[in-house]
Parts: sequence; C-alpha cells; structure tokens
Amino acid sequence: MSTPTTTRDAVIIGGNRIPFVRAHGAYAKASNQDMLTSALNGLIARFGLQGEQLGTVAGGAVMKHSKNFNLVRESVLGTPLDPKTPAYDVQMACATGMEAIGSLANKIKLGQIDSAVGGGVDSISDAPIVVTDELRGILMEANRAKTAGQRLKALAKIRPGHLVPQAPGVAEPRTGLSMGDHMAVTAHAWGITRQEQDELALASHKNLAAAYDAGFFDDLITPFQGVAKDNNLRPDSSMEKLAKLKPSFGRDLGEEATMTAANSTPLTDGAAAVLLGSEEWADAHDLPKLANFVDYEEGAVDFVDGAEGLLMAPAYAAARMLRRNNLTFEDFEFIEIHEAFASTVLAQIKAWEDEDFCRNKLGLDGAMGPIDRSKLNVNGSSLAAGHPFAATGGRIVGTLAKMLHGKPGKLGFISVCAAGGQGITAIIEGR
Amino acid sequence: MRDSYTEFANTGLGRKLTKSLGLPQPAKLRRYRPGAPLIEGPVVVVGDSEASDRIAEVMLGWDLDVRRHLESREEAAAVVAAFDTTSSPEQLSSEVLAVGRLLKQLKSSARVITVFRDPQETEDPAVRAARKGVEGLTRSLAHEMRAGGTANGIVLQNELDAAAPGFAGALRFLLSGRSAFVSGQFITVGSVNGALPEDWSKPLQGQVAVVTGAARGIGAAIAETLHRDGAEVIAVDIPPAGEQLAAVANEISGTALQLDITAEDAGERILTHAEQHYGRLDIVVHNAGITRDKLLANMDASRWDSVIAVNIESQLRMNRAFLASELFNRAEATVGPRIVSLASTSGIAGNRGQTNYAASKSGVIGMVSATSDQLQARHGSINAVAPGFIETEMTAKIPLVTREVARRLNSLNQGGLPEDVAETIAFLASQAAGGTSGLTLRVCGQNLVGA
Repeated sequence: MSTPTTTRDAVIIGGNRIPFVRAHGAYAKASNQDMLTSALNGLIARFGLQGEQLGTVAGGAVMKHSKNFNLVRESVLGTPLDPKTPAYDVQMACATGMEAIGSLANKIKLGQIDSAVGGGVDSISDAPIVVTDELRGILMEANRAKTAGQRLKALAKIRPGHLVPQAPGVAEPRTGLSMGDHMAVTAHAWGITRQEQDELALASHKNLAAAYDAGFFDDLITPFQGVAKDNNLRPDSSMEKLAKLKPSFGRDLGEEATMTAANSTPLTDGAAAVLLGSEEWADAHDLPKLANFVDYEEGAVDFVDGAEGLLMAPAYAAARMLRRNNLTFEDFEFIEIHEAFASTVLAQIKAWEDEDFCRNKLGLDGAMGPIDRSKLNVNGSSLAAGHPFAATGGRIVGTLAKMLHGKPGKLGFISVCAAGGQGITAIIEGR
Repeated sequence: MRDSYTEFANTGLGRKLTKSLGLPQPAKLRRYRPGAPLIEGPVVVVGDSEASDRIAEVMLGWDLDVRRHLESREEAAAVVAAFDTTSSPEQLSSEVLAVGRLLKQLKSSARVITVFRDPQETEDPAVRAARKGVEGLTRSLAHEMRAGGTANGIVLQNELDAAAPGFAGALRFLLSGRSAFVSGQFITVGSVNGALPEDWSKPLQGQVAVVTGAARGIGAAIAETLHRDGAEVIAVDIPPAGEQLAAVANEISGTALQLDITAEDAGERILTHAEQHYGRLDIVVHNAGITRDKLLANMDASRWDSVIAVNIESQLRMNRAFLASELFNRAEATVGPRIVSLASTSGIAGNRGQTNYAASKSGVIGMVSATSDQLQARHGSINAVAPGFIETEMTAKIPLVTREVARRLNSLNQGGLPEDVAETIAFLASQAAGGTSGLTLRVCGQNLVGA
C-alpha cells in the first residue's frame, strides 16, 4: 500500500452564523440544538441546499447536556437537508469548530466526501447543571435497588449539602485555576502591559463595528430570535473607558494585574457553520469558491506544572505547520488569532517574535516574527464578537474565507487556543 | 389576519341576519388552486364581431363549456362580451342588454369580461365615446356584481386581435381564481410579445425571479406563488429580517440574499447572486417598501427621505443596473425580462398622513410607464400592482373600527389576501402577460377610494 501522493482542493464555499450574544441574555431560553439548527438553516437558505444530501456534517459543543449525545445529527434532522446526510459530534474545547472543519477538509481532499458542513455551538445560558458526586452515587444506588425497601434506604442517605448543584466552571481540572488566571500568569511572564491589551480590545470593537457598517456580515450572519448583531459589540468604546476597569484575573499579582473584563472575552451564546466542498461539487451546484482550506495543525503543551502557558499551544502548532508548508508569517495577507484574552494574542505574537523562545522551545534557527499588526483581526475578533466556545472556529473560517475571496493565492493564518493546554492553527488560501 | 365577520356572514344564520339587516354580505371568493379547473360551468360569449369568434375558439382550446346562449335554468360561470367593433354609443345597446339578461343566471364568483379597443387610439368622437362607454359600464357593473363575482375589461391596442398571446393570457387570468380580488379594472394588451405556457399550472417553469421584501407578508406570498408557478426564487430582504427570510427561502427551495436595497450596489449584488447560483435572471419583483406616516405639517426629513429612498429611488437605481446588465437581457424570441413593482391605491387616490408614501407609490406608477419602452424593446415588460386593503400584519395593526370600515369599502365587501396580490404579480411576471406593459393594475376588490 502506498499513501496517496495527490489530493484535491478542499474549497470553503461560505459561512453562516447567528449573532453571538452575552450569556444569560437574548438566547437564555435557546438550547444548543436550537442555535445550531438555526445556523444550519441560514446556511442552507443562503446556498439553496434544501433537500441536498451532504457528505457529512460535523461540529460540537463544549458545554453539552448528556441528552445531546447526537447534537449535530439531531440538528441536521431539524433542517431541510436530506435526512440521509450523516453527522457526528466533535469535542476539543474551544478548538472544536476548527477541528471539525479541518478534519472535514481532509476528508474532501482525500476524496472520501464531496461536501461537508463544519462548525459548532455553545450556550452558557443552557449549560448542564450537575449534581454532586455524593448525590449521584446515592441516586445510582437507588436506581440499582431491587426492592422498595432498598430504594428507600438508599434515598435516606441524602443530606441537604448534597443538593447544592454544581454549575459548570471554566477552571482547569488539573490545576483548579480559571482560564483567566492561567492567562494572567502567562501575560505577566511575557511582560504584556495593560495598555497593549486595552488597545487590542479597542481595535477589535472598532474593526467589528466598521465591518458591520460596511455590510461585510450581510452574507455571513443570519439573525436569530430577533437579534441581528453581536450584542457584546461596543462601537463607542474608548481607551479612557477601558482604563477605568479593575482587573478581573490574576488579582494575586496586585498592582501588576492587567486583565480586565474588557480585554477578556465574555461568556457568550452562539453558533456557526461553514460549507465546504470539492471544486467539482461546488461547480456542479453553482456555488461560489471563496478559498481553499490548505492545512491545519493541532498542538498541546504541558501547562500543569506551570512551565508552559495554558493557551500557548498554537505557538508550537504554528511553527510545525509553517515549516511543513515552507512559509513564514510574511507570506500571509491576513492573520486571525482568536482573542480568548487580549493577552493571549499578544503572548503568542511575542513568542513568535522572540529569538530565545523560537530557538529553545520551537527548535528553530531564529525568531518567526515579526508579525505585521495591520494584518491582524482586521474585521474584529472574539473580544468584540464574543466567544461561544465551539462556534469560534466557524466564525473565523467563514470570515477569513470571505476576506480572501477574489485574492487568488493570498494566504490567511488562523490560531485558536483551547482549554487543556491545546490549540489549532490553520492556513487558508484565497481564490 | 382573520376576518370573523366574513366567516360569520357565510354561515346559515349569518346569511339570514346580514340580509335582513341590510349589512354587507361578503362572499367566500373562488381562489386559484393548482390542479383545480380553470372555471366550472358554461361561459357565454356575447357579441358578433370576428373577435368574439376568436375568443370562443381560445376558450374552447381550454376545454371550457363555451356557449352563445344559455338555457333558462342554467347558470353561467362567466360572460365575455366583445365590444371591439362598437363605433357609437347607440351600438352598445344589444350586447349590454344581452349581458344584463345573463346577470340573474350567474354562479357565485362569476366573471364578466368586456373586450374593447383603446379609446385613446381614435380621434373620432363617436367611436371614442362608445369605447369610453364600455369602461363606464364595466366599472358600474363591477359594483353590481354579487356573490364574489367580478367585472373587468381587456383593452386591445394597436389593431391587435384576440389571437395575440397577451390577450389569451389576460382572458385566462380574469376567468381564473387568480383574479379573485381584481374587479372594475382594465388590462391593456398592446403588443404581440409574450408566449403561452405549455403547462398552465407551471407558467414560470425554468424562470429565475428575485423578490425584494420577501421575509414576510405580501413579499413572502409572492415568493411562494412564483415558486408554485415553477420559478426559482431569490428571496431578498434587509439583514435584520434574515431569520424569517431564511425560513421563506427554505420553504420554497430558493436562496436567501440579505441585502439593503438602498445600497448603491444593490442591483449589482442581486445580479452577482443570480449569475452565481442560476446563471440567469428573468423576473424582478420590487416589493420591498416601508411606511412612515405623518401629516405633512408634522413631517420630518427622516420620515420623508427614508420612504422615498426605499420605495422608489432604490427601484430606479436597481432597474438601471438590471437594464445595463447582460444577465437581465437574454432575449429569447418574443420573450424578454419582466419587472413588476408594488404601487398602492394610496399612490392613486392619496391618503391622509401618507404624503411621503403616496409620493413614492405614485412615483412607481410613473416609473413603470416611463420604463415600458425600454422593456418592450427587449420583448419584456414592466408593470405595477396597486393593492387595496389587504389582510396583513401591517393592516392588523389598524384600530378595529377603522379596519372594519376599510375592509368593507369595496365591491367585494372584504379585504384581500396577500396571495391575491401575489397571483396578480405572478400573472404579470409570466410570459402570457407579455403583451401588457406600462400598466398599473389594482388588486383592491374595486375599492371605493380612488376609483
């Protein structure tokens, strides 16, 4: 057996998402399935896919009910797609959407499927509430009981303290630290200033607002439940307003704490989807070909003992991916780095621009940088739009593909960090 | 929007009560359903001109029960009266009185259709008087029709005879349930352009149509009706209406295009979408419109300007883009591109509080007549439809008493449905209406306002 030496292009045809909204707000009553179904319906309407049997649909949610074991398949069944379209769930924390899209692109490249939709959804407002391990143990025991007496005996063990529900947290299971507090350590280590972070946050809001004003999102977003725009967007924000906020993370750093609610992404509800296909499939269906999904790379770091930053895995993934593709940052027209926190973006950039880091950690001959900031997140990113975990990959791929459309051969770079010390980077190419 | 009065008036008790109290008696109108017969019952042709023979032939071709006379116990479904050779008012008498005798033998939702020549095409005072006379008697007869019946006219221009495809198209539309809420109106057929469909249940087969304002109400009904008639539909609405727009597009297997039609490049963006997804564009329906009512004394610039920008300036700008494009000009023999625009009876009669809206809708009527030559040169057409009181989300917001009065103020004693407007638009968008251009056709049940 020999491995295939030629593959075909995986074409990004277009994207659709619902507006992202701050948690416990406009979508408080919507489920993950409602939101993903709506994002798919908008995509289907935009591209006339009613009744179409797609190769496969993949996506997922980070905050997921156990009843949603088949979330994507159930969502597909609620759309006008041919019910013979297979679907499966993916989960890789905040990189879920990127992993779904990247692996679907690979299937298309290999000729296994001709068309696909990848994306993700997340709802903090509809998060599963978990009972304590003690109560769960008692309930399972009662469930196993064969007689009423045994059942009563088991249930009699319940104490008031068992009844406190456990809300899902964003704390890392192995360190107990929240993601923000992890990031605060990394930001401090890289010497990232409050000023830099606030500037990045402000640029994100200004860029997203300008993109809306220009009608850029007219064919990327379909409203949901009366919301037409990302409601975290603050077009009238200013450095003065941002400077007034007190730090939210890394408070043990005292005066040196820099991360505020404004330069950190809020918890958000939303969903996004991207349509992919082979060139032939796109042509046969009279669909546009915005860009090619060229390559992607997963990365992970050992953050548990504190030697590496929790959200620094993309730094490593990028080094391997660019080497494999014989590219440098100068070769990219646009750079999209997911703004989990402003400091996440700045720490990654500093790492790539740092001679020591690139030599000692990445094993390169010198720094990968510099990174041209004018190419960075030019239509806004997560600080302004919000970040419904699994939906962010779909948002970025859809946005970047549109930006590269009509620029054949021009490249776009994507970096998305994820919990558990993981991350994904990707390359797409305009056409 | 539910019309409880009409529902009640059509019950046994309701019929008795409304009759004895002298209240309006709105009938349940015969509306078009795919697969249902064009019209059920005898159709009587009145007149002895050559055209009357042609009319009979056309209808025989549709397998209708065409008669010259009706037995005393029979009921007719329609009467078609040819006045095309009438050259003086005194000559109207025999045909008019023959029609009159048939009026007591009509089924419900019956049709009376008069056929005559354009009064403006003759300088002879007696001839023009006779032709204008047909207009007047047709309008008055429309007021006299009962049980959902309507009376309309077909006006022939340019020496055309009843063999023109546009004549057959107009005749069929007026006989059918598609014209349920059209009464007291005239369809002018002025050219031999157009073609009759192979399948009358799919008159728009293979055509690509764009409908603006398609997310709800009349626009959604238009999109659905064009799709039912065989067209592939591009549904356009502003981005904030995207969720409903996607639902409409998915329902009719169309495509959704979120677009503010007041954007400078709106026409180009529609053309790009049509080119990408369909490779053609045959029909444009300018439906999107807004109201910002205010007495002129209290009118501010934003209310005035936004109504003008959305309701008429956008249409003028988009039409320039469409007419300049190759995509919209794929003339095939006698069939070219069609544009249908939404006017309003407010644009004809005026309406208190609607100077801005009426200006924009009168503007549409002007635009349509002035653009007609350009479309006709391409074997196409441009027409407008002026709806009267239509039961929509918008009219549901009118206060109860005002609404109840408004919806009864027409010869059919009821409001129309969005589908009534959509049916007329679908007709004007079809190749069978190719002989008609520059017209504003009212779908108002012969509203007393602005008649």
